Amino acid sequence: MDLRIYNHPILEFKRDKEVYFYFNGKRIKGYSGETIAAALYASGYRRITKSPKYRRPRGVYCMIGKCSSCMVRLNGVPNVRSCIVPVENGMIVETQEGYGELPSSVNLENSEDWEEMETDVAVVGGGPAGLSAAIYAARVGANVLLMDENYRLGGQLIKQTHKFFGSKDLYSGIRGIEIARILEDEVRSLPNIEVMLGAEVFGFYEGRILGVLRDNRIVKVKAKTIVFATGASENFLVFENNDLPGVMGAGAAQTLMNVYGIKPGNSVLMVGAGNVGLIVSYQMLQAGIEVKAIVEAMPRIGGYVVHAAKVRRYGVPILTSHTIKRALGRDHVEGATIVKLDENWNEIPGSERDIEVDTICLAVGLNPSSQLLFQAGCEMRYIPELGGEVALRDENLETTVEGVFVAGDLSGIEEASTAILEGRIAGISAAMKVVGVSSEWIKKREEMKAMLKEIRSGPFSAKVVRGLRKALIGVVS
Amino acid sequence: MSFETTGIIRVEDLRKLGLMPSEARMRKGPVVIVECVQRIPCDACVFACPFGAIVKENINDIPKVDFNKCIGCGACVLRCPGLAIFVVDLSVGNGKALVTVPYEMLPRPRVGLRAELLGRDGSSLGYSRIVKVVESKDKTYAVTVEVDEKLAMEVRGIRVMGDV
Repeated sequence: MDLRIYNHPILEFKRDKEVYFYFNGKRIKGYSGETIAAALYASGYRRITKSPKYRRPRGVYCMIGKCSSCMVRLNGVPNVRSCIVPVENGMIVETQEGYGELPSSVNLENSEDWEEMETDVAVVGGGPAGLSAAIYAARVGANVLLMDENYRLGGQLIKQTHKFFGSKDLYSGIRGIEIARILEDEVRSLPNIEVMLGAEVFGFYEGRILGVLRDNRIVKVKAKTIVFATGASENFLVFENNDLPGVMGAGAAQTLMNVYGIKPGNSVLMVGAGNVGLIVSYQMLQAGIEVKAIVEAMPRIGGYVVHAAKVRRYGVPILTSHTIKRALGRDHVEGATIVKLDENWNEIPGSERDIEVDTICLAVGLNPSSQLLFQAGCEMRYIPELGGEVALRDENLETTVEGVFVAGDLSGIEEASTAILEGRIAGISAAMKVVGVSSEWIKKREEMKAMLKEIRSGPFSAKVVRGLRKALIGVVS
Repeated sequence: MSFETTGIIRVEDLRKLGLMPSEARMRKGPVVIVECVQRIPCDACVFACPFGAIVKENINDIPKVDFNKCIGCGACVLRCPGLAIFVVDLSVGNGKALVTVPYEMLPRPRVGLRAELLGRDGSSLGYSRIVKVVESKDKTYAVTVEVDEKLAMEVRGIRVMGDV
């Protein structure tokens, strides 16, 4: 089986170098640039591992290293996130049994063997917010260390094949993949930004020291200020059999399709008619995948109607006041039962209907990846309008821990355009704390705030604005 | 039912929001139909138009179109992130009209190829031939098909059929 996409209206997939690795003793072909999970998925392996306790089949869920659904043993080392580790020749990948044990070859005696680095501004996360923070901090004159656990910059922009809304200054009408290129080029052109990829920031310690894992070695990064822009992860939904391989985040399906050129399936049920659900459904049509239906528990479509109209024109039904009741199948998804909801969100008995699909995508919101902020001691608050636990912050995006800033989805789930603006504001602020305040940059920062305010003045931002009010602290002139 | 429930924008919705040109204007030649009916933060069409025919005061406003400035060139069709802009031309005569739709699917469109005409809900409205194709540098196509005049405001998508 080969689920790779060879013709696509927007994307071209380069697959110049073949790579061979082993999965449970079988030789698997992949291509350089693919991750272990991507290559396995392309070859028809939906079931990658087993749940630690009940040994239920497990496949990918997020495809970006945020969940633990695809963890395997790699060359004897357990708990490796197969979705973000690139394939290499001769790798030995195994389905993990249980929680995993450290291999005997790991030498804990050498655990003091670490590297140390210093920087003015550390930026954690290389998506639209982090890239913009790095660019603006560097422009202000600070030395910047930009880190991302992936091996590519761009965050989730690298899978956004659609053109973006927003203002002209924020790349409206330009595809996300192109915006990623523009921002990366700018980062690479600034000599005072150092980029560290494949670098997982796992801890925050006293004195603004970040613990970073790279190539199985620890790097201690001492930073004068830090901008966290770690993004978000996709929400899960409770229903029967929701852990079957083939149930995945809509963003995960988008990563498979648009980053690796791999079809997540041939027929899909999309759960959620917000912008993510609508946009990913359209992109599935572009990849030649059938979208059987989009179900939305709310009585109305949550995303922009222009996105809905795009999929309706190709005949995809959008069923409002409907949700998924269960996933069907034993080893992987073979169908879904959907059900109609009444005005009190109760299932209407007898309205169940089975749909034959091989993939179920969940587009039911995002949740800020705020673990490092908790560790840093930032005052956090659960704000549902912003998607979950977020750090309280002032207008310049500084948290209650001095010198620690937030930007992008981490500070509240929103759009790439607002992430870019927040990144700029946080970057300018973090840099000025190090190199000194300048009236010119304060003026620029105020312009960014004014742009944010205008973008957020529409009805679709009302909820976010309400949430932001709850998260805002301090009075800034 | 409203477009928020169905995902389908109707001519009445456009008329209410001032997005429908007059019939006289449509008979004069190609003109843009901006099917952008919600207040969303975007200004791509404003900057795409070489004639300043589309205006937004606040970025969240529904676009205002000056149908006298618009010549139906389709520059905005290629740029709109919502793929929500179309060009309609009722000057053809013989009960025919030209409709230009944005297209980002396979197979790639070419003048002369057959296309299935798709309505706002994806229903098939017949078949026609592609009479004009303009490609943007980022792989969006503005594809023009000839349709029955009464379908000018209904055909909003195409499925390109291979060579016949």
